[in-house]
Formats: sequence, structure tokens, C-alpha cells
Amino acid sequence: MAGWRSHEGQAVRLPLANVDTDQLIPARFMSVPRAEGYGRYLLHDLRRDESGAMRRDFPLNTVDQASVLVAGANFGSGSSREAAVYALVDAGFRAVFAPSFGDIFASNAVNNGLLPARIDADTSDALAEMLAGSPCKVQIDLGTCRATFGNHDVPFTLDENWRIKLMNGWDDIDLTQQHATAIDAFRERYAEASPWTVPRKRS
Amino acid sequence: MSQPRTLLDKLWRAHEVLQREDGVSLLWVDRHLVHEGSHHAFAKLASRGAAVAVPEQTFAVVDHYAPTRGRGRIADPQIARMIDTLRQNAGRHDLRLFDLDDPSQGIVHVVGPEQGLTLPGLLINCGDSHTSTHGAFGALAFGIGATEVAHVLATQTVWQKKPKAMRISVEGPLGPGVTAKDIALNWIARLGTGGAQGHAVEYAGSTIQDLSMEGRMTLCNLSIEGGARFGMVAPDEATFAYIKGRPYAPDGPAWTAAVEEWRTLVSDAGAAFDREVVINAADIAPTVTWGTSPEQALPIDAALPDPAALTPAKAEAAAAALDYMGLAAGQHLAGTPVDQVFIGSCTNGRIEDLRAAAAVLSGRRAKVPGLVSPGSQRVKAQAEEEGLDRVFTEAGLEWAASGCSMCVGMNGDLVESGKRCASSTNRNFRGRQGRGARTHLMSPAMVAAAAVTGTIADVRPLLAGRTP
Repeated sequence: MAGWRSHEGQAVRLPLANVDTDQLIPARFMSVPRAEGYGRYLLHDLRRDESGAMRRDFPLNTVDQASVLVAGANFGSGSSREAAVYALVDAGFRAVFAPSFGDIFASNAVNNGLLPARIDADTSDALAEMLAGSPCKVQIDLGTCRATFGNHDVPFTLDENWRIKLMNGWDDIDLTQQHATAIDAFRERYAEASPWTVPRKRS
Repeated sequence: MSQPRTLLDKLWRAHEVLQREDGVSLLWVDRHLVHEGSHHAFAKLASRGAAVAVPEQTFAVVDHYAPTRGRGRIADPQIARMIDTLRQNAGRHDLRLFDLDDPSQGIVHVVGPEQGLTLPGLLINCGDSHTSTHGAFGALAFGIGATEVAHVLATQTVWQKKPKAMRISVEGPLGPGVTAKDIALNWIARLGTGGAQGHAVEYAGSTIQDLSMEGRMTLCNLSIEGGARFGMVAPDEATFAYIKGRPYAPDGPAWTAAVEEWRTLVSDAGAAFDREVVINAADIAPTVTWGTSPEQALPIDAALPDPAALTPAKAEAAAAALDYMGLAAGQHLAGTPVDQVFIGSCTNGRIEDLRAAAAVLSGRRAKVPGLVSPGSQRVKAQAEEEGLDRVFTEAGLEWAASGCSMCVGMNGDLVESGKRCASSTNRNFRGRQGRGARTHLMSPAMVAAAAVTGTIADVRPLLAGRTP
């Protein structure tokens, strides 16, 4: 995963609270291999009518090539399905701005280079109102945790370790393997102190 | 004297291999549970050419796509491929697989405890948000995404920032017909679905101590619906009695040593929690969701809210939920006709849940169709031994094999668009049980009451003169 420090793109609003992972990607699409791309399944049942055609009035369908989403509180609540993040990333999104996020979703987002930027509820409402009138350009700077929506300067909150991870694009497995000696030592000590932790099947 | 510590502190410390400068810990994973949905993680592993670091601590279960009927020949090629992919990955990495024909197959969060894989003091991961279920044993159990699943497979460790500690204490006896499910829906309705975000919840108090292990699992299972990735209950005699003699549980001297260690897994007196919530059990009634978020829940005797009377933040969501659910403000929950019922899932598919539903259904007929899918094939066998299957089938409900089934619909057990389902599951999200499906969450006994009356109904009068 490539790291990034700044991003310029088009913002779009999704003025809904509690956008859960089942909305982000309905379960029936989750057997698809990632290589086929998940972008077309993003918010599938909200964006599309029964025939599969895009609903014209749905905010996400009114802006081409948006890469920054402004949403309501508790975005990504629900399941651990990383496919919810794949759908956003494969549809071209680089950041979601919302007052709060589901814990597992936010962690999955960072693992895929997607920024979960926390803003306060008033800022979220103000941005949603602004974006209702017309779409706008946005610039994000991870170095300072600030974004500019049109002429509005918007500070956002992000855990420091996530900020560093997004910028560095670290691969956790590579990172962890550097600690192999510490892990081996821990494992040995732990198994000796608490041997019952190793599963033992009766004959 | 050392600082009093929470159960979370103790579990965290016991698994911490190291802590990075930015405060993130590398934790040792004792049990890793995988299912068909873990295919993304296995693909990541394959792309690196990596092996599973500790195969004997990873267990694979067919559950999300498991057919509940006609297992011999799976008609849907996509479902067959998902299950086959898990088989291949389990075979390639030499993992113990609970396959469709295994007498111990079932839902991963039912199988783990049942097999004695879930123990106090362990760190348990699974690529499923309801992994918090295992916290009922005093384990540090949390759901992870596919990238993290791949990481656990490759290293048997996981990076995690320690959550804040929250304690929900419930005190006093529960009223008749009130269950762990109602406790969960009650606190989630009070605090909201984001109410416990960033926290690990420890459930405490006399009500929790009096809950069976099944009840504690239901409660911990639903932690994530209130935003908490972790739920836990300190282990006690009930915990040890449940575990003793299970296939993977320690025995002999190892058992004695384990129990001795497990007894220390309690929050010390005076330990500081970042947040405390106290609930009086007497204030909890049988509870039912009316909307499309688990926080949209009310006692059975309540009327539906008028969005105009709610805060602006809640009003829009409530109006949209009422519209989706085909309900009107002011309407009473009780008496709302349902089209079908479902009993099962990792939330409420255990033997005690089936007994509670059967106690209501016994000698009665369901007015609507319904499906009963036990949480595991072991639960199914035990229920059949107790004659519960006959209670369900004589009431007119379908008795099927075990899997996630109609909770998430991945195996094809779906609720049709516009149909209303009384369900013992965990999520009433829009479209969760099928596109356009209308889900009402409630306890298994309340689902049975809905079956018998054909409407959302208070189970309490139906329990009169019966042993619940």
C-alpha cells in the first residue's frame, strides 16, 4: 500500500447518520474476488433502484469522480467486512469525513490507505449544507490534519499512529517480522508460564 | 501496593509482546477463527507466499454460507465455491476444519465455546464483528478486518491500540420473560449504536453474575451493536463449569493450573474505568427494535416515536426508518402483524435460546411460517435429544441445519422484500436479511410469541403457568 501526505479531489456529501457496513456493501456481493473490483457495489441498494439503475437524486450519483465523502455520525458501524472499505477505495475514495466511525471500519480503512477523518457534528452539518448547493474541490494535508473545502479551512482529528501509517503506507506484516525475535521470546515465556493456553485435543 | 487494575488491563498486559512508541501494542493471539469470508485474507497470504505461522491455533468453520437445507448438493455455484475455497485454504495450511458434514460444525461463535477452544484469559480473533461473544468467558476477544486476519495468519500477533475501559453494571433480578437480549437492546437504546465506540465493555453486577453462560454470550455478542469492539465478563464458577470436559479444554494438572490463573481475572476493587453505566434490571422489559438500527428499540408496551418530537439528529433517521419499516408514528409495537419468524444466529442460537422459544411454542401452533436454525450441529443434536425439534415442527416451524442462515442471508435464507420478520438475530440494518426485508430484533421467547400470535407480542402472558 502506497503512503500519501496530501490529496486534492472532489468532495461529495452523504447526509446520513449510521451508514452501516451492510449499506456500504450488501452481503450478497462479498463472494466476489477483489481483483474484479468492488467499486460498483458501493452503497448498491441505496444508490440504485430495483432494476439496478442509478437513482438520479442520490447525492453520490450527482458528482462524477468524487474522492472525498462527507457523511453523518457513526459511519461504517456494523460488521468487520473489509469489503466495505474495498467498495469505497475501488470507487475512487481516498477519505471519509464524519463525526464518528465504527471502530473496526476505521481500522480497516487505514489498512487500505483510506482516511477516516473525524470532524465535529457542526462542521459536518455545515459541510453537508455547503455541498448540497454545489460540489466543491477539497485539499487534504495529513501533515497538519487540515483540509480545505472550497474556502473553508477544516481541521480534523485522527489517531497519531494512524496518521503516520497512512503517510508511510506501512505493511504491517513486514513491520512485525522485524520483531520476530521479541515474538519468539514472548511465545516461549508465555507457553511456559501458561501451558493451558495451547489447545490440546483429547484422544 | 500496586495500582488496582481492570480485567482489560490484566488481559492486555498478559498478551503484550511489545508496545510501540506511538502507544500501539503488538499482542499475542491464542486462538484465531476463520470462515468462508476469510478468503480475502488467505489471498493476501498467498500473494506474499507466506505460511500460517501457528496452524494449531487457527480453526476454520463453515458458517456464513452453510446451507441449512440440502447440504448434499449445493445448487448455487457461488456458495459452493466459497465453501470449497475455505476447504482448500484449510487443507493447504493444515488447519482443523469444521466442515459441513462435521457433527461439530456450526456458527464460529457457538463452536468456539462449545469445543472448549474459548477459555478465560485467551486473546481470540476472528474476521467477524461478533467475536466479542467469546469475551463472556473473560477472554480478550475482538473482530478484525481482512488485512488483520492476514496479519494474524502470518504472525500469530495483532497490532492494536488499547481501548478505553467502560463498565456496564446491571443490578437486581430480571423480570419474567426478560433475557440477556433485552439487557443488550436496553443499553444500546439508551447509549446509541456509537455509545461505546473506542471502549471495551466489561459487564458486571448481580444480574450479570446470575446470567447463564449462554446469556453472557448473548450480551457480549451484541457489544459491537453499541459500538464496542470488545465485551467481557469476569470468569466465575459458572464459567469453569461450562468449560470443564469440553474437547479442547485443558484437563488434569493443566486444568487445575488454569483455573487458579483464571480466578485472578477480575477487575480489582477500586480499579478505574473511563466510563461507568449502571442499569437497574427491574427497569428492563422485553424489548423489540422498530427501526433500522439496533438503537431504535423500545419496550414491548411502547408506542412508536413521532420523529417531530425527537432531536433533529435523530428525527430524520427515525422518519426514514419508519418509512422503510412500513410503520407509523404513534402506532403500538404490540399487535403489529409479522409475516415470518427466525430463530437462530450467533446471538441467540444456543440450547438455552431454543428451550426458551420451545417453552412458549409447546402445544401451540404458529400463525406464520418460520425457520429455526440451531447455532451448531451439536446444539441441534442436543435439542433433538430433548424433543425440542418436535415442539418446533408441531408448531409448524421448519427445523433446519446450522449456520449463520437468515441473520445475514449469505446462504440464500432470505426474507423477501417488504416482508416483516420477527428475528432473534443481531442487526436490523436495512436489507440485512434481504433487500427490502423488515427486521424486528427480539429475544427467542419473544420471537416464539410473535409466531404464536402472528404479531409482535408480549411473551409474558404466554408464559403464565409454564416454566420458561
